[in-house]
Amino acid sequence: MAAFDIDSRAEIEQSLRKSFFKKPGEVGIAIFLVACATISIATTIAIVIVLFGEAFTFFQEVSIVSFFDWTSEWQPDFEPRSYGIWELVAGTVNVTLWSLVIAVPLGLAAAIYLSEYAHTRTRRFLKPMLELLAGVPTVVYAYFALTFITQDILFPVLGKETISIFNSLSASVMLAVMILPTIASVSEDAMSNVPRDLREGAYALGSTRLEVAFRVVFPAAIGGIMASILLAIARVIGETMIVAIAAGSTPNLSLSPLETIQTMTGYIFQIGTGDAARGTLQYSSIFAVGALLFLMTLIVNVVAEIIVRRVREAYE
Amino acid sequence: MSLKVDPTLLQATGSVARRQKFSRLSRWVLLFATLLGLVVLIILAVENVREAIPRLNLDFFLNYPSRKAAEAGLRSSLFGWIWVVIYTVALSVPIAVGTAVWLEEFAPRSRLITLIRLNISNLAGVPSIIYGILGLTIFVRVFGMGPSMLAGAFTLVLMILPMIIIASVEAIRQVPPSIRDGALALGATRWQAVWHHILPASIPGVMTGTILAVARAAGETAALIMIGAFTFIAFDSINPMDSFTTVPIQIYNWTIRPTSQGFQHNASAGIVVLVVAVIFFNIIALFVRERFRRS
Repeated sequence: MAAFDIDSRAEIEQSLRKSFFKKPGEVGIAIFLVACATISIATTIAIVIVLFGEAFTFFQEVSIVSFFDWTSEWQPDFEPRSYGIWELVAGTVNVTLWSLVIAVPLGLAAAIYLSEYAHTRTRRFLKPMLELLAGVPTVVYAYFALTFITQDILFPVLGKETISIFNSLSASVMLAVMILPTIASVSEDAMSNVPRDLREGAYALGSTRLEVAFRVVFPAAIGGIMASILLAIARVIGETMIVAIAAGSTPNLSLSPLETIQTMTGYIFQIGTGDAARGTLQYSSIFAVGALLFLMTLIVNVVAEIIVRRVREAYE
Repeated sequence: MSLKVDPTLLQATGSVARRQKFSRLSRWVLLFATLLGLVVLIILAVENVREAIPRLNLDFFLNYPSRKAAEAGLRSSLFGWIWVVIYTVALSVPIAVGTAVWLEEFAPRSRLITLIRLNISNLAGVPSIIYGILGLTIFVRVFGMGPSMLAGAFTLVLMILPMIIIASVEAIRQVPPSIRDGALALGATRWQAVWHHILPASIPGVMTGTILAVARAAGETAALIMIGAFTFIAFDSINPMDSFTTVPIQIYNWTIRPTSQGFQHNASAGIVVLVVAVIFFNIIALFVRERFRRS
């Protein structure tokens, strides 16, 4: 047992806690509340057991070395079957890269505008409007990407020879719209938290609004900005419908925005729409891909959270 | 007392004037960038409505899916959708509020609790398709529910629980401690203080979080398709154990058909229905939040 705590406050709390549930019926309530809280822990445990358990079955048949082999292709449908995860990872990195190229400048511009330029009234109107972009169901964005972006814009502009009907660019454009509010909103919060003194000091020295925004506020809020981008990355990595519908289903070790690709989520989804029988290698492969996807989003989210927490501490 | 100065003397010159010009210009550039995403979406939405018009009539809501685009409708997917969302709300709200109350009001302050909090915020970041895999394995296969509405609702409950818990914890924290202390001082048990004072005061925050989470559940496609809801349904799903389809799944179904068959109009019309519902949810949430802020 750890050191005995004789803090008087803790003792008072302890004795108070005994009277939390005076009435007999309230014991039942206590049990209900604990049961509720248990569900969240059980969910995490279930995710880990389900994903890694079935992935373990998968790795008994497919060596983990060939799974992470650069030269091995992702070809689970026909002989010779091979399971090289990098083609799927490349698909995920592809859409992540291009959606960030579009969304980061726009999102940061929006954050700077809302935090440094806009009137309070404009901000209170514009920010919820922007956040609405994140609330649109992704199947809608997927349809827009395939029907309008690819067929009505990219085909006439680039020509059907340059770009395939399923391409990562159309998916990236809609993914960018989807993550815009995440980047703008979280960065704006970080910028608004920059102490006023810093701005006023810079203005007193004769800086213009633009200079204050980019040379003072931006560097001071860099932690929150990084966190916003990481959160956006986590959302792109986990997004399924847009990439499954618009980006295609051909694993492809390429970062070109014009080609057909397949992401990790896209592969899981493809197997999900078909009827891969339980016990086949195809069925268990989605758990291996899912486990890796889970780890990737977890790491990105945790790092983002650590940064956010550190930034918050810095100003409190 | 007025000081008269020739305004031309206050005009900056040289490099300062240039910097000021850049600064003034930047406002419009940044505003343009801010609005770009919204403008793109509005253009796409207008285009979408134009595509949808041929299908937006009463038959579209009353017809079952069909092989002919002009006769295919949303009837079965509306049934499945509304029921699944109702089950999801009914199950998730009590569990989420219960968890939040326990975490904020009853849980001992220990490292385990910190871990549970961290765990919940991480669950909120898990991709929906992972919840789909989880639902497929646990509810559909292990519990033997099959691709039923209940299995779908359970899957969505797990997915949106973290969102509602986080919002509820925030809402409970906003309640002034004096309210709790006053109730306890008058001899209320902890639970009485929670039930009669803290919960009523935190209702707006809980509601905002719940509505936004429900909007997410209503728009979810991938997780439900993973559990096997991507099927042809030509009956009204009413029983919780019935198989089902939902509006987003039906939209997906119509989206991937070849364009020559005319299902594009159906997908557009389905999107109009879906987006109107989601925007409706969001506006209610915004309304609740704004009222809450003022009071």
